[in-house]
Amino acid sequence: MNFWLLLLVEIVVILVVMLVGALVTIYAELKISAHMQSRIGPYYAGGKWGWAQPAADGLKFMQKEDLVPAAADHTVFRLAPYIVIMSALAVWVVIPFGPDLVVRDLDLGVFFVLAVSSLSTLGVLMAGWASANKYSLMGGLRAAAQLIAYELPLLLAVVAVVVQAGTMSLNGIVAAQAQPWFTVGGIEISAPFLIKGQIIGFVIFMVAAVAELSRIPFDMPIAESELTMGYLTEYSGIRFTMFFLGEYASMVAISAIAATMYLGGYWIPGVPESALNAVGPFVLLAKVAFLVFLLIWFRWTWPRLREDQLQDLAWRWLIPLGLLNIVLAGIFKVVL
Amino acid sequence: MTELMHRSEVAVSVELQTPDMTLNIGPQHPSTHGVLRLVAKVDGEKITEVEPVIGYMHRGYEKLAEVRTYAQMTALVNRIDWVSGFASEVPFIVAVERLTGIEAPERAQWIRLILTELFRISSHLVFMSSYPLELGATTPLMWALRERERVLDLIESVTGGRFHPNFNRVGGVKPAAGGGSQTKKVSQDLPAGFFDQTRAAMDKVLHVCDELDELVTGNELIKARTVGVGIIPADKAIEFGLSGPNLRASGVDFDLRKVEPILPYDQVDFDVVTAQGGDCYDRYVCRLEEIREAARIVLQAIDKIPAGPLQAKVPRILKVPEGQVYVRHENPKGEFGYYIVSEGSRMPYRLKIRSTSFSNLSILPWLLEGQLLPDLVAIMGSLDFVLGDVDR
Repeated sequence: MNFWLLLLVEIVVILVVMLVGALVTIYAELKISAHMQSRIGPYYAGGKWGWAQPAADGLKFMQKEDLVPAAADHTVFRLAPYIVIMSALAVWVVIPFGPDLVVRDLDLGVFFVLAVSSLSTLGVLMAGWASANKYSLMGGLRAAAQLIAYELPLLLAVVAVVVQAGTMSLNGIVAAQAQPWFTVGGIEISAPFLIKGQIIGFVIFMVAAVAELSRIPFDMPIAESELTMGYLTEYSGIRFTMFFLGEYASMVAISAIAATMYLGGYWIPGVPESALNAVGPFVLLAKVAFLVFLLIWFRWTWPRLREDQLQDLAWRWLIPLGLLNIVLAGIFKVVL
Repeated sequence: MTELMHRSEVAVSVELQTPDMTLNIGPQHPSTHGVLRLVAKVDGEKITEVEPVIGYMHRGYEKLAEVRTYAQMTALVNRIDWVSGFASEVPFIVAVERLTGIEAPERAQWIRLILTELFRISSHLVFMSSYPLELGATTPLMWALRERERVLDLIESVTGGRFHPNFNRVGGVKPAAGGGSQTKKVSQDLPAGFFDQTRAAMDKVLHVCDELDELVTGNELIKARTVGVGIIPADKAIEFGLSGPNLRASGVDFDLRKVEPILPYDQVDFDVVTAQGGDCYDRYVCRLEEIREAARIVLQAIDKIPAGPLQAKVPRILKVPEGQVYVRHENPKGEFGYYIVSEGSRMPYRLKIRSTSFSNLSILPWLLEGQLLPDLVAIMGSLDFVLGDVDR
């Protein structure tokens, strides 16, 4: 097929996946939180179960006035949401939905993911600075401080996976998990990295992922009760929607990465390699749905921590544990 | 001749100073419980100085009282602290009764006691919902408010109102909604089935207390945010005139229901809940335990309530004899008192309201100095004030 045509198709597919994924996640959050709090949640929009509520909210936001504060740095203020949503989108480039269903199987896939996903903090910092609002500024600075706390544990957790898989390509990591681990009575048993010695790594990754997503218990950059809405305070209308969509899109993206690295991605035991291109996307989506549910569960159960408590958690617990985890992964790889 | 100093002798300050930022928190802010304004000087996240600005909600009740008859005032006084309206009605009415020498019949006093405790439960459940919300936990909000609805339903079934009952009369209480006239049907003054509904509702309230224990009290993250934060030592608490759970959490065993009961509290069996730490967590735990104690009081009271009239004989035009009186009572938030000066007319000459939240708030500048911004929210929430009660 023509290169440009293929590229166009891929871009459209990614946009659709990201948008639908974000909308479904928003809907899931509305409904699951409602059930946790003895409420009903959206009920009327769309005729049944309120399924159209996220789309209706989006349409509503589009009609709102686009306000830019007079004292704001207009260019930066307008640019910030695009950077956030771009970083959420770019992650999807390397996520494999099947052995061949991947936009670009980069050799440095993991590296790429880490690089672009932390770009969103730049957008947040820009939003906080450009809003010319003290609450926004504090929110932006908190996000920057948070980056220092979670980025290192995230990196260390991922390094352990890379050590064990022996590759930085996400497709290669899935393939490494599909490799037979040991044989029992002629049956080859293979297991995802979560079982093959990466339990600590998975926990560290998920904690750091919650921090990266700025969700409760680590939503200090937004911290509604302290900073009104943090860096989002001055945003309204479509720009707010972009932040909002970006947040949920990166929630799905991070879950997809965690699913790929720890839960075997599109691979599932018992399905032959040839069928994986057809079954793979659904397997991956099921795993993503599970992780997204975990994130939603965290948010509606726990309160918010303090910024210094996150630093404490990261530097005193997660980073030493992450280093230990790398050593364990090395031992695991050599011995088993 | 000016003495020249050697360069090394000139005191040079090499310490870099960052100017404090003035952060205006409120009057419109999600966690100031209404219209409190805090002018905080912050150095990064650290608060160096904070000055509360109050008065955005001043409605002038003390002045209004001077041009209103005593009967008209009951409608106003329950709007001072709207979360526990009935509890602020009671001391006012008792003060008027003391001045006039009228005594409310026993049954009316017991009804007052039951409703006061129901409002205590309701008020504390509001705290149980709003406080975790300020720390970022959203689910306790819904759980606590769900059971508060049952308590409000009970209150509504008796008084006809959910927030502003206006149920007290000088010399007794008004006949309950649907209860018929008090002269004809004495036995129907509480709505039919009230006792059973109360028992069912108290079951639910005690159940939600257990649920909150699981979700909030034992939660490690809640503890991380509240234990050791905003400690008020007992002597400071007394110095600043704190009362209620804020005082008792600092280890001072002082409860006006035991010390100066104006309702038959001496005939029910309950414990005064105290804690020793004086931090935000203790203030939370004290209130949670007080819900349990209040439910205990209500359950005993509906067994003990005697039959009888609801209203003493009161002249149609109530003129209060000359004199002055101060009556205080344990409001859900602490000591709530009225000082009435009467010149013998139908209206008070002067009414002074000792509102709880105003005194409880006074410790805020002392308490917040040097704290972090997230702790400001945690500490402010733990004091559980209502701005209507602060500004009157």
